[in-house]
Amino acid sequence: MAPHDLRRPFKRRPISDQQKRRDLSLLRQSQHRSDAQQRARNLASSVISLQSSSSPDVDPETLSEPMPDVDTTGHESEASSFDIRQASSLRGPEARKWFASQLMLPEWMIDVPENLSRDWYVLARPAGKRCFVVSADGTTVSRLRNGSVLHHFPSALPGGARKKGVSGPAQSYSILDCIFHEADQTYYVIDMVCWRGYSLYECTAEFRFFWLQSKLDETGACDPPSFYHKFRFSVVPFYNCDQSGLHSAYTGSLPYVKDGLLLYNKHAHYHTGNTPLVLIWKDERCSQYVIDTDNNGQVPNQQHIVLGLQDDGKIVTSDDPPVVVNCLNADFIKQSGLSPGSLVRFAIGDGGLNCVDGKFEKADLQYISVSNRARAFADSYSKIMFQYMARHSPVKAEDLASVISQENQQDKPPEVEMSD
Amino acid sequence: KLVAMEVTQLLLNAQSIDGTVRKHAEENLKLFQSQNLAGFLLSLAGELANDEKPVDSRKLAGLVLKNALDAKEQHRKYELVQRWLSLDMATKTQIRAFLLKTLSSPVPDVRSTASQVIAKVAGIELPQNQWPELVGSLLSNIHQLPAHVKQATLETLGYLCEEVSPDVVEQEHVNKILTAVVQGMNAAEGNNDVRLAATRALYMALGFAQANFNNDMERDYIMRVVCEATLSPEVKIRQAAFECLVSIASTYYEKLAHYMQDIFNITAKAVREDDESVALQAIEFWSSICDEEIDILEEYGGEFTGDSDVPCFYFTKQALPALVPLLLETLLKQEEDQDLDEGAWNIAMAGGTCLGLVARAVGDDIVPHVMPFIEEKISKPDWREREAATYAFGSILEGPSPDKLMTIVNAALTFMLNALTKDPSNHVKDTTAWTLGRIFEFLHGSTIETPIITQANCQQIITVLIQTMKDAPNVAEKACGALYFLAQGYEDIGPNSPLTPFFQEIIQSLLAVAHREDATESRLRTAAYEALNEVVRCSTDETSAMVLQLVPVIMLELHNTLEGEKLSSDEREKQNELQGLLCGCLQVIIQKLGSEPTKYVFMQHADQMMGLFLRVFGCKSATAHEEAMLAIGALAYAAGPDFAKYMPEFYKYLEMGLQNFEEYQVCAVTVGVIGDICRALEDKILPYCDGIMTQLLKDLSSNQLHRSVKPPIFSCFGDIALAIGENFEKYINYSMPMLQSAAELSAHASGADDEMTEYTNSLRNGILEAYSGIFQGFKNSPKTQLLIPYAPHILQFLDSIYMEKDMDEVVMKTAIGVLGDLADTLGSHVGGLIQQSVSSKEFLNECLSSDDHTIKEAAEWAKHAITRAISV
Repeated sequence: MAPHDLRRPFKRRPISDQQKRRDLSLLRQSQHRSDAQQRARNLASSVISLQSSSSPDVDPETLSEPMPDVDTTGHESEASSFDIRQASSLRGPEARKWFASQLMLPEWMIDVPENLSRDWYVLARPAGKRCFVVSADGTTVSRLRNGSVLHHFPSALPGGARKKGVSGPAQSYSILDCIFHEADQTYYVIDMVCWRGYSLYECTAEFRFFWLQSKLDETGACDPPSFYHKFRFSVVPFYNCDQSGLHSAYTGSLPYVKDGLLLYNKHAHYHTGNTPLVLIWKDERCSQYVIDTDNNGQVPNQQHIVLGLQDDGKIVTSDDPPVVVNCLNADFIKQSGLSPGSLVRFAIGDGGLNCVDGKFEKADLQYISVSNRARAFADSYSKIMFQYMARHSPVKAEDLASVISQENQQDKPPEVEMSD
Repeated sequence: KLVAMEVTQLLLNAQSIDGTVRKHAEENLKLFQSQNLAGFLLSLAGELANDEKPVDSRKLAGLVLKNALDAKEQHRKYELVQRWLSLDMATKTQIRAFLLKTLSSPVPDVRSTASQVIAKVAGIELPQNQWPELVGSLLSNIHQLPAHVKQATLETLGYLCEEVSPDVVEQEHVNKILTAVVQGMNAAEGNNDVRLAATRALYMALGFAQANFNNDMERDYIMRVVCEATLSPEVKIRQAAFECLVSIASTYYEKLAHYMQDIFNITAKAVREDDESVALQAIEFWSSICDEEIDILEEYGGEFTGDSDVPCFYFTKQALPALVPLLLETLLKQEEDQDLDEGAWNIAMAGGTCLGLVARAVGDDIVPHVMPFIEEKISKPDWREREAATYAFGSILEGPSPDKLMTIVNAALTFMLNALTKDPSNHVKDTTAWTLGRIFEFLHGSTIETPIITQANCQQIITVLIQTMKDAPNVAEKACGALYFLAQGYEDIGPNSPLTPFFQEIIQSLLAVAHREDATESRLRTAAYEALNEVVRCSTDETSAMVLQLVPVIMLELHNTLEGEKLSSDEREKQNELQGLLCGCLQVIIQKLGSEPTKYVFMQHADQMMGLFLRVFGCKSATAHEEAMLAIGALAYAAGPDFAKYMPEFYKYLEMGLQNFEEYQVCAVTVGVIGDICRALEDKILPYCDGIMTQLLKDLSSNQLHRSVKPPIFSCFGDIALAIGENFEKYINYSMPMLQSAAELSAHASGADDEMTEYTNSLRNGILEAYSGIFQGFKNSPKTQLLIPYAPHILQFLDSIYMEKDMDEVVMKTAIGVLGDLADTLGSHVGGLIQQSVSSKEFLNECLSSDDHTIKEAAEWAKHAITRAISV
């Protein structure tokens, strides 16, 4: 029974360089394995199913003739699984309708939601053109909300430029929800919809924002413009919607001109069309465009709204389901040369609007004209109401702040009184 | 049939100095064993027990018997156990009786051999509930036994505890064993041999004493007897008693508070006054306490759960004012040439090592206790004092916060650089260079706020280190080590490294060191190449042209080692070691240059390099083989599909690597490289897959292959399936059942010990990676339906590892990924099955809310895939 050996490493590194080489090799191998698997997964999901309640129908065959009332649940999956790259090649009204239906559209904030500080992010919306940026097959295309192409350019986004050496899965593509800010020619990214072929539609805002922050920078997309990267991209800073977050977004200095605040519910998926889980709010301090202007950039004396005309003569908002504002009689429709599906512009008269439980009880509408053709949608209920309130009794920044501080009060344990 | 007399002669002849006689005897013994195992073992036992036989034949009989019961290799051991269990009861009973009888032999060696054989038999039989009367009969009248029998009996009990797991011995027996052992250790025991045997037996029986250590009275008693034994007049008993204390320090740390004051006094006395063999154990006691506290505090620091099993009692911190001076004293007892002797271990080395552990356990608090010693002695004329001061300084650099050390280190740096060039003592220079290395290791790097190395002193530091690399081999080796950490500190420096201006000079100096005639002394050559590797790893684009120039240089050196004339075996060994180093260096360079923008130029060397690696395989050296294989894996990744041209020639070495069970590291590395090649070649690997899969399946079924290689083999299935897609079809029938049975085994980790849980998790991960690869490979293939029959089992596997609640985060991520892959590939065919599984609900939700974003990502993907699978 020999005494056991006591020797400990003396003046030696605990790990030999050979062991380090082994470990690094294993690390490299497992990294490459997981990359390979990730690629395989991405390829499979490159056909993203884009069915969603608010998209009328994405089958290109039927796009020219939207049939919003048809029950599509029966033939969903196969028919509506639609490859974004095919969509990129759509032209004209199909493209417009398709892309218009793919953006998540905020509701206007007409009352302050609960649990702001716990469940919501706030960010300052850059002033500019909202667009989808799609990078795939060595090129990048940005399309406005109405589907028209804004830019066609090379970018450092994945697959965004024909550049040697930057290899990636051939079919990979990315989609970003952006605002193009003219002054500094920068795409400000407000949301990430697909990344390297991986769909983020079904992911929470919390995850999408996290992903956006961690992934965008890696690609070099945030670098200054260069030959293979025509426009700079930049992530819009977002904050928890607590006192300090709200303060930062509202008053903080940013490299872009602000146009209101966007509030995102952290738990919401990317929902195409209007959603109450993303809200826009504006006042004069953080936006130049609180009250809508007319075509000449002037604020009209009366509030203008655009509504859709239904078969039965009802004029409705763009919401799903539509909110009926009023009803036009058949003679008037005929006289004015309107047809079902038309978008019609009205002014709100002195009688104003009166709403109960999200329905219009009374609306004093004055017909102006058929809306111009570039428009794809009627106004939403929330937009009409926000604009109306902005002219009469707006939701103020202080209202937001006071809701947050009240919530904080409630979070504190109540002081218990043991009497009685 | 052989008679007893002949056995004796055979056993004696087997120890003959005459080779022919010996060989003949060994063959006859083998023959005997193979013809009549029972008779063979019985006659060995009889020989051992027979006091009339020569001691030498009896000892060998015992040894052969022992080797017939146990072996190092797991599979061989298993065979031997089965073989013993299948012997007829009559033979076994007779052998047992012979063995017990031998314990009373007057010959000490023979008794000791019998003790060990009895323990081996017990190791096999007690878990089977056989030989239940063994412990009883050993203990029956231990007090009445003559001293030499008592000594042998205690020794047997010790070995038995070492051999048998505590849970197969009843608590009543455990108590009796411990009582006998501790009584044997007692000062009242007049016979030193008995007392020594008892003390050594306690050392082995400590693992059995869990219940007794929980009982205050029994623990007090055991501790008192152990502490008393450390004061025995007999040095061997004192040493054995301290060994017990060392073991108690780690096994029963949380029970020691009450005894620490006494133990400190005992250990301090031993360190200062006792024989070195005892003093070393006494220091080791404190090192073990530090080990425990470092572990506990690390666990505290890792996550603030507060429910760590064992609380920290801060024994080291409390002992600090007395312990540190004690350890500092030992530093002055250096041996003249300890730095030149690889195997040296003495009280100064042990004391310094312990001081380093104390620093890690207490952090900042140690600094004021050590500084006066350093300041007083660092400039003394006696080299011992200067070396001790420097060693103390180097030892406390890990543990205290950079803030605490920064001022001191900055003040000391110039002094150190000066000592490196001017101090006359080799010993002092060795320790100074080592200390510089420690400074760079712990106080230099991107996480340190105020850098030690600045533009002002960088030049001087590098000049001194390069100069020191020309010093004696042991000093030069430490300088290389310092350079290693100097480079490492710049690993994430960004595009501009402060080393760039010196890069060329550093590389050339390191190559010059590697070429020194005495470079094989003190591992100097190894240290030089290791430093070179680190310098290359941490280099930036600014210097890639210089790294590129290094390629032909290292290749030429490798070429030269392959041109060797007839070499002696010693020279060949050194040659092989050098080949390993050069392949390792090339591997590092490949990883550095094998991607854009240097890839194109670098790959012009690929053909030649590959040729060299293939020739390295020709030299039969495991280390060189492994290094060349790793380098080839890196090269395959860089080459991509072009690697296909090397496959015809390379393939046989792949196969050779997969067959190398003995040097399992080679096998493991080869398995990893197959993964690299799969990803490089994709479906071009198909022609080689039959061979590779056959070999991998053989490896899996082998019980000779080290178990750590098996999980990567499963992962490798996944790599292959992903590369060749639906062509994997023909391996489905073989691989799926293997995966399935491994999955069943690994679903429920047997045993609570961490090592087993870790292995089980790595096995699960391998299996899951295989499933992922297979599903992904078959995606969108018409042959997908081949996989449907396996879906229920795979889902069950996922469910059961989820329920088991012991998976780590890696497994969690892989598992949830498999769920997604299964849903994605099999779609609506398994929608119902998926919905029934726990994994698709609780497990998925748990992953979706994970803090680890890679798990969350995999879970989002799985959720998406499942939604699609069940919506159809």
